[in-house]
Amino acid sequence: MSGQVVVVTSGKGGVGKTTVVANIGTGLALSGQKVVLVDADIGLRNLDVVMGLENRILYDIVDVVEGRTEVRKALIRDKRVEGLSLLPASQTRDKTAVTEEQMKCLCDSLKEEFDYVLIDCPAGIEQGFQNAVAGADGAIIVSIPEVSALRDADKVVGLLEGAGLTDPYLVVNRIRMDMVRRGDMLDVSDMTDILGRQVRLLGIVPDDQSIIVSTNRGEPAVLDPKSRAGQAFRNIVRRLLGEEVEFMDLNEGGLVARLMKLVGLAK
Amino acid sequence: MLDFIGRLFGRVDQGSSSIAKKRLQLVLVQDRTNMSPEVLEDLKTELIGVLSRYLEIDEVGMSVELDRSDDSIALVASIPVKSVRARSVQTDSLKSARVGE
Ligand SMILES: Nc1ncnc2c1ncn2[C@@H]1O[C@H](COP(=O)(O)OP(=O)(O)O)[C@@H](O)[C@H]1O
Ligand SMILES: [Mg+2]
Repeated sequence: MSGQVVVVTSGKGGVGKTTVVANIGTGLALSGQKVVLVDADIGLRNLDVVMGLENRILYDIVDVVEGRTEVRKALIRDKRVEGLSLLPASQTRDKTAVTEEQMKCLCDSLKEEFDYVLIDCPAGIEQGFQNAVAGADGAIIVSIPEVSALRDADKVVGLLEGAGLTDPYLVVNRIRMDMVRRGDMLDVSDMTDILGRQVRLLGIVPDDQSIIVSTNRGEPAVLDPKSRAGQAFRNIVRRLLGEEVEFMDLNEGGLVARLMKLVGLAK
Repeated sequence: MLDFIGRLFGRVDQGSSSIAKKRLQLVLVQDRTNMSPEVLEDLKTELIGVLSRYLEIDEVGMSVELDRSDDSIALVASIPVKSVRARSVQTDSLKSARVGE
C-alpha cells in the first residue's frame, strides 16, 4: 500500500494549521481511512494537546529518526477513533533535530502503513518548513482573511512549487460572515482572486467558538455534530476523498441579511 | 472634505476589505516579481545593450527602479542620452515601461 503524505502549512503562525491537521485527520479516520498525524513543529509541540493525547507520549519524532525506538512504538493510537495515530514532536529539541533526508525516509515508511500521513508544519519558511515539506506528495495551505496571512500564503505557494509541490489546496479559516457582509473582511472570492489559479479551494471554516471549546477538551470539533466548524471539516474530508460537496452557506443572518444582499445593501 | 462627502455618499460596500484587497494585490506584484538588486542589475545591463544600438547613453547617470505609485507598479527608467546614433530615433529619454496589469 502507498498512502499520501500531505503537509499542512501557512507561512504565518497562529492561523490554524494544527487545528486543521487535527480535524481533517480525525475526520479522515472517521471515514474509514488509516491516518497518522505527524507533528513536525519540533520544539513547540502542540498537536498532542489539541488531540487530547498528551498524557500518553513515550517517544517522539526525534527518538525515531535517531534510532532510539521503532516508529511503531512511538505512535500513539487514538482510542476514540479507529485507525488514527499520532507521532508527536519533541518538546526539548529544535527544528534542526530532523533533517530533510530523515523526514523523507520517515514519510516513505509511514505511507507504507497508512492511507494518509498529515504533517503539521511549523510557522516560518526556514529549515523547519523545508524539513516538514521534504517528504510530502501534496500540500494544504491554511490562511485567514487578513493581509499579512495572505501575503505569507502567496509566498508559501512559490516555495512549495520550488519543492515540487504544485497546485496546493487552500483552506480559508476563521471567516466571519457578519464582517464580510459589512465589507470589513475579505471574502473567499477575494482570497482566491488574490492567490490566483495556483491554489485549489478545499474548504471554508468559520470563526467558531466551538474550536476553542474543543481545544479545551482535547476533542477535535469534527467529532461534535453540532459544531459549524466541525461541519466545515467534515465537508473538507469528503472533498479530499473525491466527493463533490457544495460550500456551506455561512450566512447565518437569515432573511434580513439575504434581503439586504438582494437589494445590494450588503455584499 | 471631499473625502468626507465621498464617505457620506459613497458606496456602502467600500469597507476596509476593498482597501485590503487592493493593497494585497499591489504588494504581491512586488513580492512575485521578486526583483533582487542583482536581477535589477542584470536588467540594467541588458537594457544598456539594447539601447546602445540606437542611442549613446550616459550609463553613470541612468537609473532603473520598480516604483509603486497609488494604484500600480511601474518600471521607471531614467536614462540620459548623450547623442542619437544615425538612426531615426528621436526620444531623449525612456520612461515608464509598465509591468504587470
Ligand atoms: N475556525 C476557528 N475558529 C476559532 N478559533 C480558531 C479557529 N481556528 C483556529 N482557532 C484558534 O486559533 C489559535 C491558533 O490555531 P492553531 O491551530 O494553533 O494555529 P497554528 O498551528 O497555525 O499556529 C488557536 O487558539 C485555535 O483554537
Ligand atoms: Mg501549530
